[in-house]
Amino acid sequence: MAHVDRQQWDVVVVGAGGAGLRAAIEARERGARTAVICKSLFGKAHTVMAEGGIAASMANVNENDNWQVHFRDTMRGGKFLNQWRMAELHAREAPDRVWELETWGALFDRTADGRISQRNFGGHEYPRLAHVGDRTGLELIRTLQQKIVALQQEDFERTGDYESRLKVFQECTVTQVLKAHDRVAGAFCYARESGRFFVLEAPAVVLATGGIGKSFKVTSNSWEYTGDGHALALLVGASLVNMEFVQFHPTGMVWPPSVKGILVTESVRGDGGVLRNSEGKRFMFDYIPEVFKEKYAQTEEEGDRWYDDPDNNRRPPELLPRDEVARAINAEVKAGRGSPHGGVFLDVSTRMPAETIRRRLPSMYHQFKELADVDITAEAMEVGPTCHYVMGGVAVESETAAAVGVPGLFAAGEVAGGMHGSNRLGGNSLSDLLVFGRRAGAHAAEHAAVMDRRDEVPAEVIDAAAAEALAPFRAEDGAENPYALHQELQQTMNDLVGIIRREAEMAKALKRLAELRVRARRAGVEGHRQFNPGWHLALDLRNMLLVSECIALSALERTESRGGHTREDYPSMDRAWRPVNLVCRPVEPAPADPAAARIALVRQRTEPIRPDLLALFAKEELVKYLAEEELYE
Amino acid sequence: MSTYEARFKVWRGDGDGGGLKDFAVEVHDGEVVLDIIHRLQATQAPDLAVRWNCKAGKCGSCSAEINGRPRLLCMTRMSVFSREETVTVTPLRAFPVVRDLVTDVSFNYAKAREVPSFVPPKDLAAGEYRMQQIDVERSQEFRKCIECFLCQDTCHVVRDHEENKAAFAGPRFLMRVAELDMHPLDAAGEAGLDRKRAAQEEHGLGYCNITKCCTEVCPEGIRITDNALIPLKERAVDRKYDPLVWLGSKIRRRSEG
Ligand SMILES: Cc1cc2nc3c(=O)[nH]c(=O)nc-3n(C[C@H](O)[C@H](O)[C@H](O)COP(=O)(O)OP(=O)(O)OC[C@H]3O[C@@H](n4cnc5c(N)ncnc54)[C@H](O)[C@@H]3O)c2cc1C
Ligand code: SF4
Ligand code: SF4
Ligand code: FES
Repeated sequence: MAHVDRQQWDVVVVGAGGAGLRAAIEARERGARTAVICKSLFGKAHTVMAEGGIAASMANVNENDNWQVHFRDTMRGGKFLNQWRMAELHAREAPDRVWELETWGALFDRTADGRISQRNFGGHEYPRLAHVGDRTGLELIRTLQQKIVALQQEDFERTGDYESRLKVFQECTVTQVLKAHDRVAGAFCYARESGRFFVLEAPAVVLATGGIGKSFKVTSNSWEYTGDGHALALLVGASLVNMEFVQFHPTGMVWPPSVKGILVTESVRGDGGVLRNSEGKRFMFDYIPEVFKEKYAQTEEEGDRWYDDPDNNRRPPELLPRDEVARAINAEVKAGRGSPHGGVFLDVSTRMPAETIRRRLPSMYHQFKELADVDITAEAMEVGPTCHYVMGGVAVESETAAAVGVPGLFAAGEVAGGMHGSNRLGGNSLSDLLVFGRRAGAHAAEHAAVMDRRDEVPAEVIDAAAAEALAPFRAEDGAENPYALHQELQQTMNDLVGIIRREAEMAKALKRLAELRVRARRAGVEGHRQFNPGWHLALDLRNMLLVSECIALSALERTESRGGHTREDYPSMDRAWRPVNLVCRPVEPAPADPAAARIALVRQRTEPIRPDLLALFAKEELVKYLAEEELYE
Repeated sequence: MSTYEARFKVWRGDGDGGGLKDFAVEVHDGEVVLDIIHRLQATQAPDLAVRWNCKAGKCGSCSAEINGRPRLLCMTRMSVFSREETVTVTPLRAFPVVRDLVTDVSFNYAKAREVPSFVPPKDLAAGEYRMQQIDVERSQEFRKCIECFLCQDTCHVVRDHEENKAAFAGPRFLMRVAELDMHPLDAAGEAGLDRKRAAQEEHGLGYCNITKCCTEVCPEGIRITDNALIPLKERAVDRKYDPLVWLGSKIRRRSEG
């Protein structure tokens, strides 16, 4: 096998979104030599697309806010399935993580008294999202990118080399995490530009690869979201938890077809936008579920008063958690009350002066004007649900972000599971990235520091990784087109494991996935290794198929509806499922036959919620969520 | 829904050379040029190299030249061309080609490193920053930048003058200097760093003759020339010739707190 370059680092961070960059900053500040590797250019990761804001209970706009209220909202949003210690750490630490960004140069929108402004969002009791217009993700990623540059400038002063202690390998992809002696020893990578292979050896690897949306046809996610980190973790023996929970954001664009799925930020509703059906009715009032009845306005008048007087009125139901709104839209369309292109109407034009809309929602204004010829200051938008976020992910320890069962592996950000339970609140991802990115970086650095004897990756492990990556060039006659396979996968997931799920359809999906898996073995590509998107896609298929299988298996198993998992055959939440996590593990040893099942699914009981955290809720509320036996504990 | 067949010329090749290839390809209602490039990949040219991420004008990945003009592929609708027109797509001209529509933009990352970072004020802890909206707005405009580098590509100072690249940061990074300079709490001055002078002496502001070409191509509509470069120049000039102006502005700024 050809010679493959090896480099030694202390910590390798896979991913340069919010979680990866925050992890890298922390690891480097704690003295670890840190390499960051990402598929796109530096500064282009998915985080850049986040719009609405970062949730943190700074209490700048409503002084009643604090971490306990934020914790409570997060648990409610996740229907109490959240890994509660993560939700607690997240709520406690988010304000410090946001303020710290200001010391690195971030410029958030301000309150009248000069502090960071905070806006309303679905499921958050008080205005809580720090924001910059509707381009908060851009501000976040640019600030972290510029902090990395600042650290590199420091290193340059000291060593004459910008990259001596912190280096970004941009446009490179990791295809395997490598192990030696049953612990992490590095990552196998290819450079997209040249197609060349290289190995980054390190005793600690942080996965911060984001989500899985590209397995679905209608999605707000970019090509990067092929579930790589989920699959990489699984392939080295880690577990994935609660993969059935996939968030369909209620408002994606529905027209024109080429932009179908692109996100319309929730800030549109947070700032006053309303949802109407083809009859002009604000239908969300008909869809307030029992558990939320006391918390939402029952009339349009009350909902409208809430924007100016939130202490004496309840919020409008347009601001229910996303899963509720997405299901409601789905039901309206199904009942024949949809918009011309199969969505519903989202209107701000009758709610605010044009000037205000342009100032508060500049990129939405721009997006609709440029892509759909719609002037949102004059007419309603058409919107419908789009696959947006995966709550499920790598099972991690709450404090350290260490992946359960694989020494040296860490995971943070969207790729990690647990934090959001069955449904994530808007704004809670960006804060999650910062809180757990920092923790992952710190613990990875610590892990590397105590591993004074470094493991060398055995040559045969590297040869095997190289052979796997080159397989698409060796496909024989009858090779499958990776683009066609990808489209079939997306259609399957969209139609059979989408927003509303049924047992028979999911069983069918699993059969189709098995067939696709066999065919994907024969995926073939033309051309050479230099910047070849067909080859890249052929390699990503392995990951998308693995992750899709986990989603379908878990969704079939969970016979209830909760958060981002809705079963037509089991339409209500079942308290008995509250303390149950579904965990996917790799079948070991991996079966040679590609048609054989590779994932084993097990049920695992969740850790009991700490009493002082339970005490934050009223008894009457807990009764609605907790399983019978938990109430007596 | 109406569909037609469009004629495209797409540059294919690598660092060693290449040329325009002809394609006939289907176009549907509402599509943008990036959709057509993707259709070519899926049906006719699976290894056609192109960068993209967000498909919504937010990440600045899909920069290229369409009919000779620097643009984002994802924000250029097919409806701006007539059906008869041949659409020509070529890589950014100011940067070396890697493959097809992908260029080596490392020049920009090198320039980014040369601009000294934000200097946090010593006497303020995290959480104590207070700034008025009106004071942050100037810098916020520049922070809308998605780093598509279209302005870098179009600026005549480097577009056909490789030799100027060493001395000239380009509009995107001169604007970064202006952004930091206008940041209400940047403490560069206290640390002995004069950002305006640096713009002139270290980052090549003097090469810019305010043609405004950068502003014209900016997909974010940032008024690079008027709001960043010209103010930077004016004050750099004051400073260069009149030390009193420099001193005066420093004193005023400190007492503002
Ligand atoms: C349109 C949109 C709007 C959103 N708005 C909000 C919002 O307002 N508030 C909020 O809290 N959340 C929001 N979200 C969600 C949030 O943006 C994401 O969950 C979050 O940015 C994920 O960050 P991350 O750091 O986990 O991963 P990302 O930012 O996605 O980064 C993943 C990184 O991993 C790299 N990578 C992946 N696979 C590999 C591999 N195999 N090898 C090497 N590198 C790899 C990628 O290149 C990338 O650099 C939004 C999401 C979308 C799509
Ligand atoms: S205004 Fe200056 S920076 Fe902009 S294109 Fe003209 S010369 Fe270049
Ligand atoms: S200033 Fe405008 S044109 Fe230049 S890189 Fe930024 S967004 Fe692109
Ligand atoms: S793909 Fe992001 S700007 Fe075009």
